[in-house]
Amino acid sequence: MTHIEFSEITKSFKDNHILNGVNLEIAKGEFLVLVGPSGCGKSTLLRTLAGLEKMDAGDIKINGKSIKNMEPQDRDVAMVFQNYALYPHMNVAENMGFAMKLQKRSASEISAQVKKIAQLLQIDHLLERKPKELSGGQCQRVALGRALARQTSIILFDEPLSNLDAHLRSQMRVEIKRLHQTLQNTMIYVTHDQMEATTMGDRIAVLKDGKIEQIGTPSEIYHRPKNLFIASFIGSPEMNFMEGPLVKKLPWPEAKKPEQILGVRPEVFKISNGVPQANELELGSFQVELSENLGGQQMLHGRLEGQNLRIFADSTEFFRKDQILPVKIDLTKSHLFDKQTGVNQRLQEGV
Amino acid sequence: MRSLPIQKILAWFSILLFAVFSIYPMLYVLGISLRGDNAFQSQSLEIITSTSTMKNFLDLFTQTDFLIWLRNSLLVSVGTTLLGVAFASTSAYALSRFQFRGRNMMLFSLLATQMFPPTMLILPFYIILSKLHLIDSFWGLFLIYSSTALPFCVWQMKAYYDTIPKELEEAAILDGCSRWLTFCKIILPLSAPALVITALFSFMASWSEYVVAAVVLQDPQMYTLPLGLRSFQASLATQWGLYAAGALIVSLPVLILFISISRYLISGLTIGSVKG
Repeated sequence: MTHIEFSEITKSFKDNHILNGVNLEIAKGEFLVLVGPSGCGKSTLLRTLAGLEKMDAGDIKINGKSIKNMEPQDRDVAMVFQNYALYPHMNVAENMGFAMKLQKRSASEISAQVKKIAQLLQIDHLLERKPKELSGGQCQRVALGRALARQTSIILFDEPLSNLDAHLRSQMRVEIKRLHQTLQNTMIYVTHDQMEATTMGDRIAVLKDGKIEQIGTPSEIYHRPKNLFIASFIGSPEMNFMEGPLVKKLPWPEAKKPEQILGVRPEVFKISNGVPQANELELGSFQVELSENLGGQQMLHGRLEGQNLRIFADSTEFFRKDQILPVKIDLTKSHLFDKQTGVNQRLQEGV
Repeated sequence: MRSLPIQKILAWFSILLFAVFSIYPMLYVLGISLRGDNAFQSQSLEIITSTSTMKNFLDLFTQTDFLIWLRNSLLVSVGTTLLGVAFASTSAYALSRFQFRGRNMMLFSLLATQMFPPTMLILPFYIILSKLHLIDSFWGLFLIYSSTALPFCVWQMKAYYDTIPKELEEAAILDGCSRWLTFCKIILPLSAPALVITALFSFMASWSEYVVAAVVLQDPQMYTLPLGLRSFQASLATQWGLYAAGALIVSLPVLILFISISRYLISGLTIGSVKG
């Protein structure tokens, strides 16, 4: 069931067009991640939904009802901010209960709800503390708790983890995901970190220049990128892009066209001397320049017919510098992009 | 390493020197107020002499209109402070948070008013007040005092508001606050140090002001403390004892205010430390 529907949203700040006709439907209970480079309009889109920013044109519907002229507090939306935005003069319990207090709920009801949420987030021992007495991770939990305490059906996250260190970030990532599974609210999560996007989202919407470039499940976005931008933005390490004579080796008809780019993810390469199987292509000889040990895998940096490549290999094998390796690629997992338009040619064919 | 104690001694010595330099006149005034005779010209450096009495203080409260002046001064200063804080806190908020036509112009003109010497404004003030029939009225003083204190207060408050993250207000709006409620429940409590400094500034500006009060107030029953004290200074004989006793009492409220809010003063000086 559609819960939130954006149609043709545009927004400009003076001459700066931030959103250029965004259309997006979000299902009830979905965890949608808006991802894109900075300045792509993802935060602005979130803020128009929250009512903190007025759109120039277009409409937003929640449960089929337009909320265009609704006050922010009436929109059934709570938000977690990047810098936590906890009220410094209130303690944790007061921060979490503030919205309910404004709704004139009884003190006992407020304290019961605050306790319940605090236990869920394991911050019940912090209720009497002021925000300045909390660590970054604790602040983030309280901010999350404040949003949850409002009991809205929609929760928005505006880059909530970007102020935390890497360890805490990955911990909170799992926790937010777990919360979503328990609570089943519709959540929209803005991030510029493609790792967060692919690990957390039920679906991901990739934005660029105020437009949605592609929307789909993390797997769809990763394995079937619509264009060059998505292919290079999603995935870490980045996809390898090759041009020139290498492209001509491909058996695809589109590869014969001028100015085509072959895109292959690092894990799609296979180091082997054997006869190529169906859907495999012998790409050539890869010369190792250096290897990075990543634990379970190692990443080989090197060159193949003048192109810089990164290839994943098993970390138990040893490769020395300047070693020559025969590499193959899986054609079903390789992409061909038009250099001019950026469009993924193989996707158009329905491959 | 040997220079350290010398540095310390020098530092202490200069602090002591400055302390004596600034405190001695006050003590001297205390001495005069305690002298029974009208011994202003006395060559003695003694503060408390064998002739010291509390007579001047008693006379001040029983023989003069001092209590009326005190009441008037308190009324004027508290009124000016309330008016000043109310206007400064709200207008500075608008200047800090809203974008509107003429905003920068307004900020600049507020600053420009501070460039004129106050005495230059006395004539126009007098004309304006007399046209408004506010001569010999406390409202006239409220108006002038708060308008002269406002520019500084507005700038001070705006600078403070600018350090409060916008997200705090956005969070409050999502929580269900109106703009006004956000201002009252979030912004004002966080601005306590700046509000206290603004209030203190407004209070001091009106408490010891003489020139404007002398122009606006003509009825002795309306006199504020500075005007009242001046009336002890007659053409033939000035009652220095009474004058000194009055001056000491006048300085008390400001002293008490300063000491009681010094905590805020220090945090007010470290503005910018408010963290979201």
